[in-house]
Amino acid sequence: MPVLWLFLIVLAIAALGFVLGRRRALKSADGESRRLHSLPIYYGTNAAMKVAVPALGLLCLWLLAQPLYVNSRVAATIPDAAIAEGSTLGLVMSDVRRVARGLDLAVVEGAMTAPQAASLDAETADVRQELASLGVALGSTVTADTLRAAQDYRAYSTTGTLMMVVAVLFAAIIGCGWALRETDRDFRARNVVERGILVLLIAAASVAVLTTLGIVLSLIFQTYEFFTLYSALDFFTLLEWAPSFSGRGGASSLGLLPLLWGTLYISMVALLVAVPIGLFSAIYLSEYASSTVRSFAKPMLEVLAGIPTIVYGLFALLTIGPILLSVFGDDTLGWMQGQRAVLTAGVAMGIMLIPFVSSLSDDIINAVPQALRDGSYGLGATKSETIKQVVLPAALPGIVGAILLATSRAIGETMIVVLGAGAAARLSLNPFEAMTTVTAKIVSQLTGDSDFASPEALVAFALGMTLFVMTLGLNVFALYIVRKYREQYE
Amino acid sequence: MYDAPNMERAVTASQTKISAQGVQVHYGDTHAIKDVDVQIEDKTVTAFIGPSGCGKSTFLRCLNRMNDTIDTCRVQGQIRIDGEDIYDKRVDPVQLRAKVGMVFQKPNPFPKSIYDNVAYGPRIHGLAASKAELDHIVETSLRRGAIWDEVKDRLDAPGTGLSGGQQQRLCIARAVATEPEVLLMDEPCSALDPIATAQVEELIDELRKNYSVVIVTHSMQQAARVSQKTAFFHLGNLVEFGDTGKIFTNPEDSRTESYITGRIG
Amino acid sequence: MTDTSANRPGSATSLITPDARTKRRNRAEARFKVYGITAIGIGLLFLVVLLGSITVNGLGAFQQTFVNVPVYLDPAKLDKRGNRNIEEMKKVSTFGYNPLIQQGLLDKAAELGIETPLKKRKQMKAMLSASAAAKVRDFVLANPETLGQTVEFKLLAASRVDGYLKGRVQRKDVARDKNIDAEHLDLTDSLVAAGVVAKTFNLSFITGADASESRAEQAGIGVAMLGSFFMMLVVLVLSLPIGVAASIYLEEFAPKNRWTDLIEVNISNLAAVPSIVFGILGLAVFIQVMHLPQSAPLVGGLVLTLMTLPTIIISTRASLKSVPPSIRDAALGVGASKMQSVFHHVLPLAMPGILTGTIIGLAQALGETAPLLLIGMVGYIATNVPDGIAAGFLDPNSAMPAQIYEWAKRADPAYYERAWGGIIILLVFLLAMNIIAILLRRRFERRW
Repeated sequence: MPVLWLFLIVLAIAALGFVLGRRRALKSADGESRRLHSLPIYYGTNAAMKVAVPALGLLCLWLLAQPLYVNSRVAATIPDAAIAEGSTLGLVMSDVRRVARGLDLAVVEGAMTAPQAASLDAETADVRQELASLGVALGSTVTADTLRAAQDYRAYSTTGTLMMVVAVLFAAIIGCGWALRETDRDFRARNVVERGILVLLIAAASVAVLTTLGIVLSLIFQTYEFFTLYSALDFFTLLEWAPSFSGRGGASSLGLLPLLWGTLYISMVALLVAVPIGLFSAIYLSEYASSTVRSFAKPMLEVLAGIPTIVYGLFALLTIGPILLSVFGDDTLGWMQGQRAVLTAGVAMGIMLIPFVSSLSDDIINAVPQALRDGSYGLGATKSETIKQVVLPAALPGIVGAILLATSRAIGETMIVVLGAGAAARLSLNPFEAMTTVTAKIVSQLTGDSDFASPEALVAFALGMTLFVMTLGLNVFALYIVRKYREQYE
Repeated sequence: MYDAPNMERAVTASQTKISAQGVQVHYGDTHAIKDVDVQIEDKTVTAFIGPSGCGKSTFLRCLNRMNDTIDTCRVQGQIRIDGEDIYDKRVDPVQLRAKVGMVFQKPNPFPKSIYDNVAYGPRIHGLAASKAELDHIVETSLRRGAIWDEVKDRLDAPGTGLSGGQQQRLCIARAVATEPEVLLMDEPCSALDPIATAQVEELIDELRKNYSVVIVTHSMQQAARVSQKTAFFHLGNLVEFGDTGKIFTNPEDSRTESYITGRIG
Repeated sequence: MTDTSANRPGSATSLITPDARTKRRNRAEARFKVYGITAIGIGLLFLVVLLGSITVNGLGAFQQTFVNVPVYLDPAKLDKRGNRNIEEMKKVSTFGYNPLIQQGLLDKAAELGIETPLKKRKQMKAMLSASAAAKVRDFVLANPETLGQTVEFKLLAASRVDGYLKGRVQRKDVARDKNIDAEHLDLTDSLVAAGVVAKTFNLSFITGADASESRAEQAGIGVAMLGSFFMMLVVLVLSLPIGVAASIYLEEFAPKNRWTDLIEVNISNLAAVPSIVFGILGLAVFIQVMHLPQSAPLVGGLVLTLMTLPTIIISTRASLKSVPPSIRDAALGVGASKMQSVFHHVLPLAMPGILTGTIIGLAQALGETAPLLLIGMVGYIATNVPDGIAAGFLDPNSAMPAQIYEWAKRADPAYYERAWGGIIILLVFLLAMNIIAILLRRRFERRW
């Protein structure tokens, strides 16, 4: 674990820098801390900061960049001939990495010495057998090219790691020296430290941007790769979802529309459950309920919001499904064949969304000024007339925003549909049939045994992109509406 | 022409419209109104004056049971309108409020069109049998609210888009549209500029022909200008009630005098 | 001009006797109120049904059926050389132990005088868990001196027998079941009457590891719990400092510029991005690009950190905002720098709110499943307790919600009971976290 050790060594140098910086500052002021520009602790912190921040930053960057660099260097050495029919460079490279990891393991376990691993020859040794005995399973026999590439890979990695250790330690020591040199009684240590902290704060705040960037980039790259293997037109227009199980493209039809339909249908059922119940609960709680009822019913409803979605998934599959089946199933009406159905998932999702709709609507209804209600009561309107004709119309934009947010939650919900909705993609209007959704297919395409370079797996990223764009659009629009609504009454 | 429907109400100027006896109001632990007796006459403007927090608005809101919407508020004593106790269990506050309209401190037009704002009351009370009749009520009310000429070309525009003074006159028109017998006004001019205030005051004087108007005001000049009767409240007590002219020139109670001359308030 | 005074709401009628229209309107009012009550009633009913079905279905998982079997540890079978050499005894696999256990059960039944058509040793297989032999073998290898004695073991009953005792397996289902026959159920009834077979509290459900598909009776959630624990450590260690630092910057220092706006927009949008998208991010960035180990709690923790950050940032900013500006002014007034005023005064005052928000964020992360599916924390069967801290972060593991999902997917209904039971444990954790958050809020809440 050289990284961990490196990390600890850098921290140790930083601690040393702290002590030295503090001592040096005090010494420059003849031990009289009042003569210093800043408190002594700031001189120490300055030194520690100048050791740790550049060194650890370099470490992180190196760790991110090295695999990419090594990968591309090694990939460039693999001849086109080594890529078998139907395979891709990506697949070969994942083999290479697996072999390299196997060789590492072999050295660690003592089954080979390092030079042995480096000079191993595919002609003479059965690498697959040898690695299997160490618990590294390989899909196929190791070709000479793969083995050589793996050995290169190890060599580059080792050199890279060595260089990293040297560079990081160098950065740490330079930082320490720099900080100690500038330490002096007139040095404005506090200002420097505070500026450093501010930079760290900005970096932390930027993590959100990086996350979004990471999401967008990973979706875009993989979606692009998918569209090089599979026609974008087919993806958006085909009415059939039937991935072949061979995992090598060709016979698959990967049409988005049936999945989108399932997603929207289930979301619609969920909203049909959640919106009336949530909205009426919110109206009752904010306009009618006494404070006792409110203080009991509101937290109770909000318990529903704190329950993880896996629970709703199980509830859909094992409670709602069987109940619906006993009402609409073969024994009675014969409309429903299995417990997984649009209705099953929709109802469970609706229950999950009730507190979401009700607490958002509650906030929005409470934001309607009391003066409007008074105006209506003063004209002799009843409460319900006031609610229906004054409060709700005034709150309408906000409520629409809340419903849009709920829709976006429903579209992005995964566990309930994975367990409750079924696996078959269908374009049908029958709510008693099993259907599947975008999210459920993302899970099933990425958790199988298929490799990540096949269109069957990559399609998940295109689905993820669709999902991301849809929910993002809904959210931005909904937040815009809600914000506008709030401004109106502020 | 427009006050024709009310011509047939044969009333004498001194007929008592509202009579309150021994009214006590509590907000939780606060005793807001202490044993108030007052007689409010028909076709008269009665002003409630007094320092902030003296209970004048609270008392006003008792007259059409607007205090019912506040959970912690308790009202004791008797308030009779046309001889009927409005706190009787059988009285429906909704019906009462149709009879006793209210205009609030801040103009509060509904976020609807001007037309719909005025038509709201008649619609919920079912006052118009047809669209034409409703149009007529809206026009009459807007005329009574002295705002018809300003808005007749844009009845579909939102009421919230009017200026403050226009909004308040719209709210008065809205209150008038339900054909109330009493109009309660809670500091109707406090959010308005002097010009708009003058317009509304003129309107109040006009309204006196048809309604019994009760107005709460901070401004003594306003009370003197618009009212015939004045009630002075202080710390929840009704200190003095009488003809406006007498209250302002020759008050009986020393507290009234102090307030009017600006020593308390 | 129409005379409207005829239908004036007030004048014509007395206030005491409502007119027909008012009556109608009041009925509409009452109806509307009933809608509201009904809506709340339905909402609460759903809650009751949900919690009810969790309890009813899940409590069974905390009890398990055990069989008390006296097993004669035959030296002739288990230690053929007779030299008590452990290495040699290890050569005897569980197949060597099975007959002894089965014989023990047969003998026990005979000793109790139970009439059963099941006379063959092999037929006893359906009564006992497949894990029974491993348990006896472990015992023998740990205590070789017991060879030759008859030792009483408390062994797990087979899943079907357990299901029969819990009412999950009905006699009418048995005809189609190749794993168990009606005779076995007769024998079970007799053994229950004799006190040999009994349901007791099953600690190993809480502490144990997952088991293979055919051994539902053996599966436990303990290892997945450890996986969740290590993930939560990662989330806590990363998201609290990053979240607090980001909030301090945005609330106290950020100038109004494009970058700040961009960050703000990103945070509010990330809060609403579906969790599965974070799973895709984790798969693409942490596993495919950075080559971090699949199924590792470290990666799960990283993904959940990114997911929890917006929640923590939003609640932290709210509690920073609630500290009145007078505190900042007071600190600045005595010559503290802006940074000192924030770190010495504002932050400590906002701490209870921050901690409450963090705990709620952690609770959310603890129950999250979808992103874990994508980074492989579900295909893996959590059978081994990780050895050591580093292994806890890096070795493949599952997490509580992922384990529940795994069980819910399996065909054997015996696993459904375990999934419900797992949910009870998960909800107990969530409840505890929320109670801590509420107590923190109550204890330290300050009104300015």
